[in-house]
Amino acid sequence: MTSDLITVRGLKVSFASDAGIARVLDGVDLTIRRGEIMGLVGESGCGKTTLARAILGILPANAARIEAGQIRFEEHDILDLDEASLATQLRGRQIAYIPQDPFTAFNPVFTIGTQIDDLMRFKSPLLREGRLSARERRRADRLRVLEMLRLVQLPDPEGVLRKYPHEVSGGQRQRLMIAMALLPQPKLVIADEPTTALDVTVQAQILTVLKRLARDRGVAVLFTTHDLGTAYEICDRITVMYAGQEVEEAPVADFFARPSHPYTRKLLDSLPSSENGIRGITGEIPRLVDPPPGCRFHPRCERATEECRTTRPPTHAVAVAHDVRCHHPLQDSA
Amino acid sequence: MKTFVLVVNRLAWFVPTLLGLLAIVFFISHVIPADPAAFVAGENATPETVAAIRARLGLDQPLYVQFWRYILSILDGDMGRSIYTGRPVVEDLLSRLPATLELTLVTVLVSIAVGVPLGVVAALRRNSWLDHGLRVVTIAGLAIASFWFAILLQLLFSMRLGWTPLGGRVEGWGPEQITGFYLIDALILQDHEILLDALQHMILPVVTLAVPATATIVRFTRAGMLNALQSNYVLYETAMGYPRRLVIWKYVLRNALIGTVTQIGLIFGILLAGAVVVEAVFDWPGLGTFAVNSILSSDYNAVMGFTVIVGTMFIVVNLVVDILHGMIDPREVR
Amino acid sequence: MRRILRKLAEDRAALFGLVLIGLLVLAAILAPWLSTHPGDVTEFHTAQRLTAPGAENWLGTDRMGSDIYSRLLYGARITITIAVTAIAVAVAIGVPIGLVAGYYQGIGSELLMRVSDIFLAVPQIVLAIAIAQTLGPSIENVILALSATYWPFWARLVYAETRSCKNEPFVEAAIALGCSPWRVMVLHILPSISSSIIVRTTIGMGGTILTAATLGFLGLGPPPPTPEWGRTIAEAREFLPMAWWYAAFPGLAIFLVVMGFNLLGDGLRDVLDPRLRRAARHDK
Ligand SMILES: Nc1ncnc2c1ncn2[C@@H]1O[C@H](COP(=O)(O)OP(=O)(O)O)[C@@H](O)[C@H]1O
Ligand code: SF4
Ligand SMILES: [Mg+2]
Repeated sequence: MTSDLITVRGLKVSFASDAGIARVLDGVDLTIRRGEIMGLVGESGCGKTTLARAILGILPANAARIEAGQIRFEEHDILDLDEASLATQLRGRQIAYIPQDPFTAFNPVFTIGTQIDDLMRFKSPLLREGRLSARERRRADRLRVLEMLRLVQLPDPEGVLRKYPHEVSGGQRQRLMIAMALLPQPKLVIADEPTTALDVTVQAQILTVLKRLARDRGVAVLFTTHDLGTAYEICDRITVMYAGQEVEEAPVADFFARPSHPYTRKLLDSLPSSENGIRGITGEIPRLVDPPPGCRFHPRCERATEECRTTRPPTHAVAVAHDVRCHHPLQDSA
Repeated sequence: MKTFVLVVNRLAWFVPTLLGLLAIVFFISHVIPADPAAFVAGENATPETVAAIRARLGLDQPLYVQFWRYILSILDGDMGRSIYTGRPVVEDLLSRLPATLELTLVTVLVSIAVGVPLGVVAALRRNSWLDHGLRVVTIAGLAIASFWFAILLQLLFSMRLGWTPLGGRVEGWGPEQITGFYLIDALILQDHEILLDALQHMILPVVTLAVPATATIVRFTRAGMLNALQSNYVLYETAMGYPRRLVIWKYVLRNALIGTVTQIGLIFGILLAGAVVVEAVFDWPGLGTFAVNSILSSDYNAVMGFTVIVGTMFIVVNLVVDILHGMIDPREVR
Repeated sequence: MRRILRKLAEDRAALFGLVLIGLLVLAAILAPWLSTHPGDVTEFHTAQRLTAPGAENWLGTDRMGSDIYSRLLYGARITITIAVTAIAVAVAIGVPIGLVAGYYQGIGSELLMRVSDIFLAVPQIVLAIAIAQTLGPSIENVILALSATYWPFWARLVYAETRSCKNEPFVEAAIALGCSPWRVMVLHILPSISSSIIVRTTIGMGGTILTAATLGFLGLGPPPPTPEWGRTIAEAREFLPMAWWYAAFPGLAIFLVVMGFNLLGDGLRDVLDPRLRRAARHDK
């Protein structure tokens, strides 16, 4: 058993849009180890959600196309699995999902209890053991659900189960989403900007709950965010993405101490001046329909050379476990 | 409690709507005509009769007095006498109500039974030949003049092939009146012969009326399903590996049908309107046939009474549908 | 506009609808030249009554021996006159009411909308019957009855669109710049909600033609010998099952025309309503 839980290699995804074919992911590499919290950081529109959905196998069938690449999850080749085995074996069992918007992710016309019950009916870890009768399992699951709702610090767990989603606040709904993600005891949780839609005051509490529970259970998390501060709070390692290409990957301490990619550096420099994360960098995010060749950052990069304009840089290790994709990485520390 | 508030709320809107309807009919019958009394008296009335009617109806009074008297008389169940039958219009109308209700209710049931599954399938196979075919067929179904379709069906199946009766509700006398609904009465009396006969008489009128109604239901169910299928909660349910069957037939369908329920009121309107001419073609002894006979014999009181009764029924149906909708949609809080 | 036309051209069903409408218009305009027996709107040939379709009378003859094909062509004129005028009046009443009520919100607006709700709370055909019965059978009265019952559709639609449009930045900007309310409504709001009005109007044409034909069938339309399609079908009932063509062809004409408007309306809605626009796909 290696320590790598999931490895994405050379993933290319394109979207059909009115303007033409958008090359949204352009050869992305990503590795998440067992039990670690990986932060996927990048500006809005850089392809974080697309990557998360590709791993879950839920890209929109008509609009999106996977052009190339491989996603290995333990012994599974996710891109080669058929929809049925993905749905029964992986999604909700091994890989769980916390959506960005807890307001619309619940089905509005069923009680929360019904939705959790249905989840447990198909995804309960007790199903794997197969010792219990259906009745015993339901009773045991009920207790586990209530226990989990307490762990995510929901007041009145029994009452919440009887409520409809609209009767519960956004923060509480996101706690429920965390609970539902952890109940099947998955190995990986994909949390796609789980706090973006929430009040600032609630955000910190939710992050704490998520981090503590993931740690306690040794669950790996892919945590996407456009906010470096949030990533710093919760992550073990950080991968930065720019316009559909991952550009730097490092342990969190090293990342903030020695940013080596010019884009990462600019991000960090711009931090104090901006409220909501990544803004205030000169230049524009490139259009993905007709993206710049080579390193997609070159139109905005002061260090760009002819090489940058033609070939995408390979991965360099600038330190232990610190990789950067740049022809001319920054050497000095910040 | 919630339901109570809902009912009170809807009822509060019901009263002004009803008054509005009466105001419109009053305007049509008392304000537009130069001499309303002449209308009420009919074509062959002597000047003396007209004068008598004018005095009796108080048509020499100011309009607001007339309107007040008009409302009072309607509330009193007085819509004047029919010149054609010589009986009070209310009695005539009420005696024909069960026939029309039976016809429209059976049609609504048939339309739901056919339309909902078709709408679901069209949405699931979006853009397939079946979906495109249904689109054209439903548009066509809404473009057919029902009186013409009724005549064609009658020509083919009754006159040429002799498979179905020409018209009426049953051969000879109906079953002993209990509810006035022949199907139910025949069932209560265990009279299978009449039941079968009534069903045979019903086939063509129901088919004629069901065509536009079913088309409407198909279109709304399809739209509702597509809306739900593209929602965030379906994305979430898919990401968590809820089985596809469960997602579609439980989670999506419930959402789609809540929308369809609101359309039943509209469909009832289509049916009542369609019933006017369809009943006349099939000699169905309901409100429609009555209305057509009244129109042909310039039976003014009868036509206005028909308008009030059908308008009221329509408003009541919408009230009931609204309350039903409020009860089955948990988001409705009013 | 270009984009809209191109998208519409890809929708074969909508194009077919456009063709059907085109045929109706052509039939109406060219009726005197296309018809084989132009005089038959008023002339009778009782010797040839109820002849089956053939070389002389393509779609057969009616109870007076008049050529049904020729009468149908002239009937297209009546249908167009009724539908276009009735809808134009309904739009002319409904749109301003919706605009004003949506722009100024107050008791007056509330009242206007309640009134249109009440109109919408009764099936259109029922009200139209009551009005037509009171006014007496004639083209003008059918038009009156139809526009009096159909205007609330546009009032409701325009009201809702105006309200949501009023908070758009470009409208707020116009107000802030001191444009008069009148100017804002007509020059800023109306153009931006026009596509919904067009869709609604196209679909409304189909419904209006059906209702008009029903009134005709009930004897509330223009009186004989006007070759109105709905009344022709009513006349034909007496001569069934023998003279099937007498009832069949006018109904077919109604069906094709209404189908044309419905298909076009459906296609227009797909193209114009951004909420329903079909997403781009890889396989296209
Ligand atoms: N269904 C879609 N159709 C077309 N383009 C899409 C679709 N979904 C996402 N995209 C495009 O893919 C790019 C990346 O989007 P996304 O993965 O959502 O970014 P992020 O989550 O980082 O904000 C964006 O440019 C977006 O416009
Ligand atoms: S590869 Fe070149 S353009 Fe890209 S970040 Fe490095 S120096 Fe800049
Ligand atoms: Mg995203």
